[in-house]
Amino acid sequence: MSATEAAAIGLTHNASEDTGLGHRGPESKSIVVPYGFWLFVLSDMVLFSALFATYASLVHATDGGPITSQLFDRTTVAVETGALLLSSFVCGLAMIAAKRGNMAWTQIWLVVTGLLGLVFLALEIEEFAGLVAIGAGPQRSAFLSAFFTLVGCHGAHVTAGLMWIGTMIAQIWAKGFHPHIMRRLLCLSIFWHALDIIWVAIFTIVYLIGTLP
Amino acid sequence: MTDREPEQLNVAPGAPHDSLLSETLSYVIGLGLALVLTGISFWVASTSSLWGPGVAAGLVVLAIAQMGVHLVFFLHITSGPDNTNNVLALAFGVMIVFLVMIGTIWIMGHLAANMGPTPEMLNLHTQRG
Repeated sequence: MSATEAAAIGLTHNASEDTGLGHRGPESKSIVVPYGFWLFVLSDMVLFSALFATYASLVHATDGGPITSQLFDRTTVAVETGALLLSSFVCGLAMIAAKRGNMAWTQIWLVVTGLLGLVFLALEIEEFAGLVAIGAGPQRSAFLSAFFTLVGCHGAHVTAGLMWIGTMIAQIWAKGFHPHIMRRLLCLSIFWHALDIIWVAIFTIVYLIGTLP
Repeated sequence: MTDREPEQLNVAPGAPHDSLLSETLSYVIGLGLALVLTGISFWVASTSSLWGPGVAAGLVVLAIAQMGVHLVFFLHITSGPDNTNNVLALAFGVMIVFLVMIGTIWIMGHLAANMGPTPEMLNLHTQRG
């Protein structure tokens, strides 16, 4: 493609017209890839907003079954919240170590991130199993269907994130800190931080407001 | 990924800072603020010394504040010119999230309150999942 052609379809800019975009083409992959992933994460939050709206609409539709304040245990939720928040923090530490090419600390922090995520997931599965055991499974009422869909969807995301963390540990180990590996790692950290943001909404709306006296 | 040119136009969300100190500080401050806000949330929900009807609204405000902390200190979303695209995408996402949530709660609340002469038929308590 000639320079004039490129200018005609807007790929370059004349020095005379200041578009505020500078005189370059598209950004490098290290910007574009995480930005695209950021758009995905935001659309994921839109998905969760629909699940939150469903939950808010159905939270009182208990069909004579158990209501929120009879089911939820704040101590468990506090531990889950702490585990996920620390996990998000340690994920940041892993990014710091990875940026500086420190293999040992990157791997250590990623393992800790994953372990804290596992603690969260184990507590959530235990809670779900306990609810099903007392007959408060997703089939019991519209409220419980919405509850398991919302919180379960977050749990499924955490599960996917844990598999991704495991994959990244293996890839960094096998391939080192190549640019494409670093892009994946940055996307993983965006994903992991976003899951913690969604959990903030869940523990507030579902658990704390649901167990107010 | 981290070679930042002086005149860099855009930065990726979550991209690390340049200096080790400022970067570590960012995560530590974020963790501290998030822990404080979480602690306040759990305290607000447990105490009986606050005006009851306002507690739920207060919890929502605390949650939004904590989400802001996560966005700024963990995802490094800033008001700087290199973050314009990230912020615009976020603003659009937040708009859709609020439209979906407030719109649904508003419409479904009125639907439940206004429909039909036989409220027991529409009583949400009798709906099955």
